[in-house]
Amino acid sequence: MTDDAPISRPASEGVTRWPGEKISDIQRQTQPANIRMDFSDDEVIIGLEIHCQLDTATKLFCGCSTDYRDDSPNTHVCPVCLGLPGSLPRVNKKAIGYALRVGKALNCTVLEESEFARKNYFYPDLNKGFQITQYDKPLAVRGYLDIEGDDGEKRVRITRVHVEEDPGRLVHKGGADRAKYTLVDYNRAGIPLIEIVTEPDLRSPKEARKFLNKLRATLEYLGVFDSEKEGSLRVDANISIQPKGWFEKEGKGKEGRGRAEVKNISSYKGVEKALTFEVTRQKNALRRGQRLETATRHFVETRGITTASRSKEMEQDYRYFPEPDLRPLRVCDWAAGIVLPELPDARRARFLGQYGCSPIHARTLTGDLRLAEFYEQVAETDPILAATWVADTLLGELNYRDMSVSKVSPGWFRALILLIKEGSVTDKGGVEVLRSLLDQIRESGSCETPDECVGRLGLIVIERTGGAGDADDPVAMAAREVVAEQPQAVADFHAGKKEAFNFLVGQVMKKTRGRAKPADVNQVLLGILGKEG
Amino acid sequence: MATISFSPKDQYNAFITTLNEAESGPGALSGIPVAVKDNISTRGIPTTCGSRILEGYVPPYDAHVVTLLKKAGAAIVGKSNMDEFGMGTTTENSAFGPTKNPADPSRVPGGSSGGSAAAVASGMVRMALGTDTGGSIRCPAAFCGIVGHKPTYGRVSRYGLIAYANSLEQIGPMARSVSDISLLMEVLTKYDPRDSTAVDCHYSHTPDPEIRGLKIGVPEEFFGEGVDPRVASAVWDGITLLERKGAEIVTCRMPSMAYALAAYYVTCTSEASSNLARFDGVRYGPPADTKLPWHEAFQQRRQSGFGTEVKRRIMLGTFALSSGYYGKYYAKAQAARQQVRNDFLHLFRTVDVIAGPTMPTVAFRLGEKTDPLSMYLSDILTVPANLAGIPSISVPCGKSEGLPVGLQIMGPHFRDERVIDVAYAFEQGVSR
Repeated sequence: MTDDAPISRPASEGVTRWPGEKISDIQRQTQPANIRMDFSDDEVIIGLEIHCQLDTATKLFCGCSTDYRDDSPNTHVCPVCLGLPGSLPRVNKKAIGYALRVGKALNCTVLEESEFARKNYFYPDLNKGFQITQYDKPLAVRGYLDIEGDDGEKRVRITRVHVEEDPGRLVHKGGADRAKYTLVDYNRAGIPLIEIVTEPDLRSPKEARKFLNKLRATLEYLGVFDSEKEGSLRVDANISIQPKGWFEKEGKGKEGRGRAEVKNISSYKGVEKALTFEVTRQKNALRRGQRLETATRHFVETRGITTASRSKEMEQDYRYFPEPDLRPLRVCDWAAGIVLPELPDARRARFLGQYGCSPIHARTLTGDLRLAEFYEQVAETDPILAATWVADTLLGELNYRDMSVSKVSPGWFRALILLIKEGSVTDKGGVEVLRSLLDQIRESGSCETPDECVGRLGLIVIERTGGAGDADDPVAMAAREVVAEQPQAVADFHAGKKEAFNFLVGQVMKKTRGRAKPADVNQVLLGILGKEG
Repeated sequence: MATISFSPKDQYNAFITTLNEAESGPGALSGIPVAVKDNISTRGIPTTCGSRILEGYVPPYDAHVVTLLKKAGAAIVGKSNMDEFGMGTTTENSAFGPTKNPADPSRVPGGSSGGSAAAVASGMVRMALGTDTGGSIRCPAAFCGIVGHKPTYGRVSRYGLIAYANSLEQIGPMARSVSDISLLMEVLTKYDPRDSTAVDCHYSHTPDPEIRGLKIGVPEEFFGEGVDPRVASAVWDGITLLERKGAEIVTCRMPSMAYALAAYYVTCTSEASSNLARFDGVRYGPPADTKLPWHEAFQQRRQSGFGTEVKRRIMLGTFALSSGYYGKYYAKAQAARQQVRNDFLHLFRTVDVIAGPTMPTVAFRLGEKTDPLSMYLSDILTVPANLAGIPSISVPCGKSEGLPVGLQIMGPHFRDERVIDVAYAFEQGVSR
């Protein structure tokens, strides 16, 4: 037998054949055949490419307004952002300034000379047949962002930060499947984007999400990004599963298992969802002994899955070359002079010291610029109480309603905290008031004052007027009623079951609609039950 | 505001669009009919670039130079014919038919601004705007026997000029006299911040024919292989005339000339392949066939809309920029380009201007040049100025075979005044 003679092996050896799979498919996919069920020696490797719209007043290369979201299609356009023949781009200095702030905040080196380049490809939303972006001379390189990773503090390295223009948008009236034609809206064309590329340093979908949250907070602190604007963030994620330590040992560019490049993720939740789906998909493939090829996949937000893109035939050669209509940027000195505002980590440290927040509260509160600012406006009432009410209660209620904290006025929230602090409303009553006010805002945009709400709902705390046996005391009355109605629970209590007491307390609270102070209820109930015993 | 009526018999096919009536206001160019090359955007007037693909496109805005012409009171009477997107040396590559040379209608007018040159040479207009990417003003000026100036790169705003090769091209004046060139330069060089490659350096100058003591460099390469000896002889006569007027003639070398043509064609086709990508049928031309998938519709439109030469150059440029070839072609071309620039900078340390023929031959017969490569070779003497970005003028310099010959004078960056002075001195010398 010569060296190059093929070594044959029975096709079915060690391979599970799945329905619909041809033997020839299995042969092709099969590396050394083995079925893997255990991934404890593997790790997930994730790198992100994040595009954020910079929150400038005008577009990147012309004077058109960026405030297009509520307007008719093609009303925020001019010869430049339409890419009309003969028009020329002119760099918006503000956008460059914003990008430099980002580069600095991400601890990057701003290049002595950077330059715009053309990325050439055809697509109906691309007005010039190329996108003005940056290629081999980006604005800033080699930075990092520290995050709270899966195993504590973690430094995620930033490869590069660059500026580019957003293309237009395709619109399919009645949905992409049903529309008979495609409309193009160039209002978005020319909106400044910043692209941030990380090294493949993230190790789980959750970690990726945490990174994004920290990045979003940082960008918002810098005043260059508004995460509440629809479509202001888009993420492409590279994900693969490699043997543990492979990445550190082999480094970037080395052939490991193929990775998926998931495109088109446009929400924070979507990133975690898409990556979680990919982990499962790739593990399943590995379990079946399949070879994973590097491939582009699309995230289908509505179904929470990724699908294969037409790969090879659509593979692009972007033919990058320096944009001849713009001069190179020399902005190193400018960058050096930029003074950054307080960033999330610094603010968190300050919250710990200045307000005495718990570390968890401090992290939550500073993890979002609006929340942090809101907290600082209500903290004077009682820093610790306010921290709990903002970070735990309010945030939960807002998330439940998919509302932003910017809809909440610090004025009435302060009043609510004061009512709770002085004991005029119980915690439970406070939550009820908060829910009612948020619902009102969601429905009508405004709400009554907490005082009015407390009055209307009759939530003012019931003050005791006498002892446990007092016939007129409302708490005592409610407690006596409960004891009479719940003989089984009372018996359980006497039998030494602690839960029974909690149940009885709950019943009294229910009867008083949460207006009784828990301490009062405890005391009164114990009094009554003690007498009986 | 006065209305100038314009109803010429366009026997040389110099125009793509003519306006029967044009507005003219007060100003330096008041009442003067001016032709504008059809790759310069004119609000409300079709602008075709000599291409079918822009059929029906009417720009909603004026190019900066058009605004300036209007402000100076000029009457824009028509849009002149050109090689499609400026790609040609004869004005035969126009979707609107070839322009003929008024000096001999069996000959081409040169290109790509052949329409502008013919309109001026035939007397239909007094002045015209051309654009020059690799000689497109100077070649037709030479072939038709008029004056054409390619300004320093950055001196005239390109805003509104439909790009062929952005890093090489400039808009410039064409006229029958050097004084008219100077007059137009004064109007055209008003700074425009919308062009990031433009420089605020206004031309405000009256031509001065005094050239005593001026050092004129004559590179041997400008009289090398491919240059018709009769043309060379006419140009040497011209240079001798300048010597008689007190200039000092110094022969010199320009070694980088060997790479100039290759560097030029790689650069211009690369940029063009990108610039012309926007013509995909979505925004310009008749509505696309929406039954097709988008990429097929794009292909179909570009296949039928572009002419042969344009397609050839798009293919060349696409190839030169392709991954794996970029370093070999585009990057190399930029290095060669730097060499050309260095050669000029070096020469201008010892000489004030450089002179030579504009074109290696006289005007070709219509249909004579069928081989694209031999056509490209005829640009050899004009492309160095574009690669370096320096000003260069072509001024009529006698005849050969009864056809006009052009003398080319190049100067250092932003010394348009100097080359115009030398051309003026030459013109005065000839006419005396």
